Amino acid sequence: MHSTWVIFRRELASYFITPLAYVFIVIFLATAGALTFFVGNFFDRGQADLQPFFNFHPWLYLVLIPALAMRLWAEERKSGTIELFLTLPVSIGAAVLGKFLAAWAFAAIALTLTFPFWITVNVLGHPDNGVILASYVGSLLMAGAFLSIGAALSALTKNQVIAFVITAAACFIFTVSGSQIVLGFLTPWAPTGLIDTVASFSFLTHFNAIVRGVIEVPDAVFFVSVIALFLYANAAIVELKKAD
Amino acid sequence: MTEMIEVRGLTRRFGVILAVDHISFSVVRGEVLGFLGPNGAGKSTTMKMITGFLAPTDGTAVVCGADIVGDPIAAKRRIGYLPEGAPAYPDMTPRSFLRFIAEIRGFAGDEAKRRIDLAVTRTALSSVMEQPIETLSKGFKRRVGLAQALLHDPDVLILDEPTDGLDPNQKHEARTLIKALAPEKAIVISTHLLDEVDAICSRAIIIAAGRILADATPIELAARSRLHNAVRIDLTDGHVEAETALRRLPGVVAVERVADAEGAALLVLPRGGQAIVGEVTDLVRTAGWAVRGMSVERGRLDEVFRAITA
Repeated sequence: MHSTWVIFRRELASYFITPLAYVFIVIFLATAGALTFFVGNFFDRGQADLQPFFNFHPWLYLVLIPALAMRLWAEERKSGTIELFLTLPVSIGAAVLGKFLAAWAFAAIALTLTFPFWITVNVLGHPDNGVILASYVGSLLMAGAFLSIGAALSALTKNQVIAFVITAAACFIFTVSGSQIVLGFLTPWAPTGLIDTVASFSFLTHFNAIVRGVIEVPDAVFFVSVIALFLYANAAIVELKKAD
Repeated sequence: MTEMIEVRGLTRRFGVILAVDHISFSVVRGEVLGFLGPNGAGKSTTMKMITGFLAPTDGTAVVCGADIVGDPIAAKRRIGYLPEGAPAYPDMTPRSFLRFIAEIRGFAGDEAKRRIDLAVTRTALSSVMEQPIETLSKGFKRRVGLAQALLHDPDVLILDEPTDGLDPNQKHEARTLIKALAPEKAIVISTHLLDEVDAICSRAIIIAAGRILADATPIELAARSRLHNAVRIDLTDGHVEAETALRRLPGVVAVERVADAEGAALLVLPRGGQAIVGEVTDLVRTAGWAVRGMSVERGRLDEVFRAITA
């Protein structure tokens, strides 16, 4: 527990030592704003809610979250610091968890900085703030799921660009697995059971369910399970690949 | 004498390659063990297994009673490790890096500060504490790695090429530091600098192709050299005559002419490493040769190293 906390603090600080944190936050806020106002027709809809804002989060995360996750392990392997790190008296579990939580906390900071959207919508009308809170929680859970996938895949390689690309691809498949892009490919031949299983892994379906209203327990459980599964995979991959 | 490091049948396979092949040895407190071998001999792989970075294919290492396979965290607490190339987080400053190491090893507040200060003083880092590690010279980076390894005052130090990249003065300082630490600790260093073994190691293990080929003190190793007890004579003239006379001595197996940085001389090689300086001196005296200089060779580690590993 103590070592997870120490690793968490070092990792979180490391985002802010380099320009990465500032570039990420500025791009995230600017893109979120542009998508909400210009593509999502925030004003023309004439409704006091943040639907157009949250609707773009899966697509925004698809590009930005792999950039946060790619350095987590690939950089340690490239620079050789992984040998120093993993010969300190810490368990692999604490190392994996500390790194993941730091990246997730950073995503939470970026997400929190979107509060002017919330203020705007409250100035303009009377939104259902319960739904907005639920959507924020749902968005953070989805970011966590993307990050856990990215962290695990970044342990596979020393090359951050490769880590970025495979994470973005994996996240894309998870995001759209409920849509026609994936299901249309499966429908002609796959049994219904398989199609339903694949469709149930869709981040988009679970996220939209949360954004529509209150957090449904199964949707929250889904994201937490994805996080747990990929953190476990992360530890296994680190153990297997650390010395390559 | 208690065994601080006990390596038992340590083995590591990478696919079909057997990198380390059932190595066993132990190190007691006060010993500085030099790990010698050509590149790719398995030195670093062995160190990575003792420090718990690499899982052994077979065998284990016990550090201060803690098994690195069975209880890795307890073992890692007792080890200070400088990995090859002294990796450290490039964006951090030595101060923030050492604070991270102190915290993760469980030190806080004044205790952490005191330990960081001591490690910084010992490795002479104070002038670069606020600079990002990536901007430091190779020598300073190495010292950051050493400071990190010493921070928790461990009983066992494993140092993979600790003086690589240091200039002669820094090398001297690092060796002085290691020697000063030696009485309290069990230290293993890997190196391919043979003068380093002479300078600081109380014992040397030569490994090649994953096996231990020699395990002895540096003096014992040097004694295996064909030059051990050879006598070097520097004459003003009359080399031919002297050569013939020296070759007739019973203890002498051969006489060679050498010409090196120290000038031209005759090298009188003994039969089976026996001491021949007495009979050579007697001969020189009775023959009345004009001698400019004379010395006895102790044997050369580099020559033994080549003979064993080639």
